[in-house]
Amino acid sequence: MDHGPNITTGKDYAPEYKSRLGLRLFLVYSILYAGFIIINAFIPRLMAFILFAGLNLAVVYGFGLIITAIVLGLIYNHLCTKKEQQMQAAESAGGQKP
Amino acid sequence: MIYSISPLAIGLFMAIVVAVLAISVYFARKSSSSTNYFAAGGTIPWQVNGIAFAGDYLSAASFLGICGMIAFSGYDGFLYSIGYLAGWIVALFVIAEPIKRLGKYTFADALDAIFKFPGIRLMAGISTLVVSIFYLIPQMVGAGSLVVPLLGLPHWIGVIGVGSIVIFIVATAGMKSTTYVQFIKGSLLIVFSLILTFAILNKGLSTKPSAEYHQFESLEATISGDLISGLPAGYSATDTHATATGLFVRTEKAGTIRWWKASSDNGPVTLAETLTITTRADGSILYNGAPREEQAFYQVGHLDRIVVDGQDVDSTGRLNPISYLSILNQSRVMLFSEVKFSAGGEQVRLWYQNPVEGSRILRPGMKFKVDEGSSLVSKLNFVSLMLALFLGTAALPHVLIRYYTVPSAKDARKSTILAIIAIGFFYILTLFIGLGAMTSGVIDLTDSNMAAPLLARNFGILLFAIISAIAFATVLGTVSGLIMASAGAVAHDLVDGIFKKHKLTDRQRVIIAKVAAIATGIVAILLGIIFKGVNVSFLVGLAFAIAASANFPAIVMILFWKKTTAHGVVASILVGMLLSVGIIMLSPTMAPYFGVAAGDALIPLDNPGIVSIPVSFLTLIIVSLLTKKKVVANT
Repeated sequence: MDHGPNITTGKDYAPEYKSRLGLRLFLVYSILYAGFIIINAFIPRLMAFILFAGLNLAVVYGFGLIITAIVLGLIYNHLCTKKEQQMQAAESAGGQKP
Repeated sequence: MIYSISPLAIGLFMAIVVAVLAISVYFARKSSSSTNYFAAGGTIPWQVNGIAFAGDYLSAASFLGICGMIAFSGYDGFLYSIGYLAGWIVALFVIAEPIKRLGKYTFADALDAIFKFPGIRLMAGISTLVVSIFYLIPQMVGAGSLVVPLLGLPHWIGVIGVGSIVIFIVATAGMKSTTYVQFIKGSLLIVFSLILTFAILNKGLSTKPSAEYHQFESLEATISGDLISGLPAGYSATDTHATATGLFVRTEKAGTIRWWKASSDNGPVTLAETLTITTRADGSILYNGAPREEQAFYQVGHLDRIVVDGQDVDSTGRLNPISYLSILNQSRVMLFSEVKFSAGGEQVRLWYQNPVEGSRILRPGMKFKVDEGSSLVSKLNFVSLMLALFLGTAALPHVLIRYYTVPSAKDARKSTILAIIAIGFFYILTLFIGLGAMTSGVIDLTDSNMAAPLLARNFGILLFAIISAIAFATVLGTVSGLIMASAGAVAHDLVDGIFKKHKLTDRQRVIIAKVAAIATGIVAILLGIIFKGVNVSFLVGLAFAIAASANFPAIVMILFWKKTTAHGVVASILVGMLLSVGIIMLSPTMAPYFGVAAGDALIPLDNPGIVSIPVSFLTLIIVSLLTKKKVVANT
């Protein structure tokens, strides 16, 4: 039944912090995505509205969702890495506990 | 059909196949243990894993299906891109690290890490198999479709060929070679899609896409009741057919039969040229009135009118991405709309010229019924699809297993972010590739899946050969990932679920997985042949819906709701799987396969997610609350 552990190297720091942060960012993105779906499904003609440089809301919102996903991903990684390093540093500074 | 076989495409395809097999043989020596076989030893660097995610995820449906859908239906095809990418947000923020902390090799392992409960592993294994097989069908169908025009081989040979290569890869080397195949394919796909996009922007927009592009004819005539007169010399009108979209006129000239669309049904009219495929009473098929070998069925797609700063122009020259979209938005594109009818004992499939404003193409509603002719059900159908794409990605078995190939939770996170960057970048390119195909005179109206490779051919046979070879590799990469996930599910979950008492050795387990890979491969080959001609994107949407309904609630609730019980998980997987598959079977899209008219389908929804996902969540919550004292999580 048990196949032994999956090979894992390195300690996983700050899981609770990362979970909380992940859920918050997920909520932000979900709201943006839901707004996009609602406009597409129920007020599709609003998507033809020209926002800037001749680009309409459909294109700007669509590209925006893709770029936002990338930006949120990078922010998440940055904050998680920072926290992991802090905790790692704190642990090594905390000394060699038995 | 309307394109000839390219020796260069065949040569490059063979080179890719040989490279893939070489990688497999190389890694075969290193994958004898269970950990190595199923999870590549957990040693894949996150950078490689991230691009391999992209290679795994950007399947034939993404590359061929989405580009083709944009080329035929504009912005609505791009909505798939957005939904497919948004799903990765769920994977990154909710699933990636927690599941890495829990798991071993498969989704069922992750569930089993919390609950030692009989049935949970079996149920998770079955749902993995069901989702994988639904996802495999379109990939295999896509493989067959590619082979027909590119290599001039029958559909079934394409399916068997791809199936055999993939079985060889998976059965010899396992996850490590699968990962490297996907890494190479993902990199090539993104680089060459970028090159294709540069070529599109460099060429700009033009009312006459190429020197060889077909010159559309029109005839002047007068219609009075059933009588058509005043046709040019040599033409005689032999039949008419009225449809909801207008009146079509059949003419004969020097023995060649053509159909035309009349600008009105009475008085002086203009007859516009159409494209037709006619099946005659004796079973013979004519393309634009001529046998297939005369290649009279030409490629289409051009701009009817280009407006730059309020002025009409014939072509724009080089454009940047923003001006490309903004000029297209002000211009008018010639699309081709399909009607089918029978007239005089002939079955006619006809495409007529249909000028559509660019501003209409760049907003939703041409494919999904959310605007003209929409109803609440059609709108909910669209919402349901987008919900399944959002929640399904993170629950796809071949995505989930990739979290176990990296060394740590941190690496799982980093590789997911790299995947989002690579996949997001690619999806932005799909809009340009799709619109480029729509307006470059390359569209084969009979096969939307070929839009991207045919667009590449417009820029030279070399790019065509490379893009086609990558498309083959795309199918190879995704199919190997799926078969790998299925083999893992059988070797671990089904075998353990059924033979609980009998402890298998590592070596036995790998042998079972390899046999399972071969068996799944054969099933995939058979289904690929049976489902020839079924809409590829539709089938992929279904796989997402089943994954989102059966697996997603279980994964999320285990990670975030402490009261979740094993009974709740089993019930939720079972209900989600049965309900989503059940709704699909009773949907309007499936009705014709059971001899029922689409309008008479028992359930009006095509996409089950909006019903089956909440019901699966509710089932988990209710059953967990009812059973909470019986089985307690052992964490």
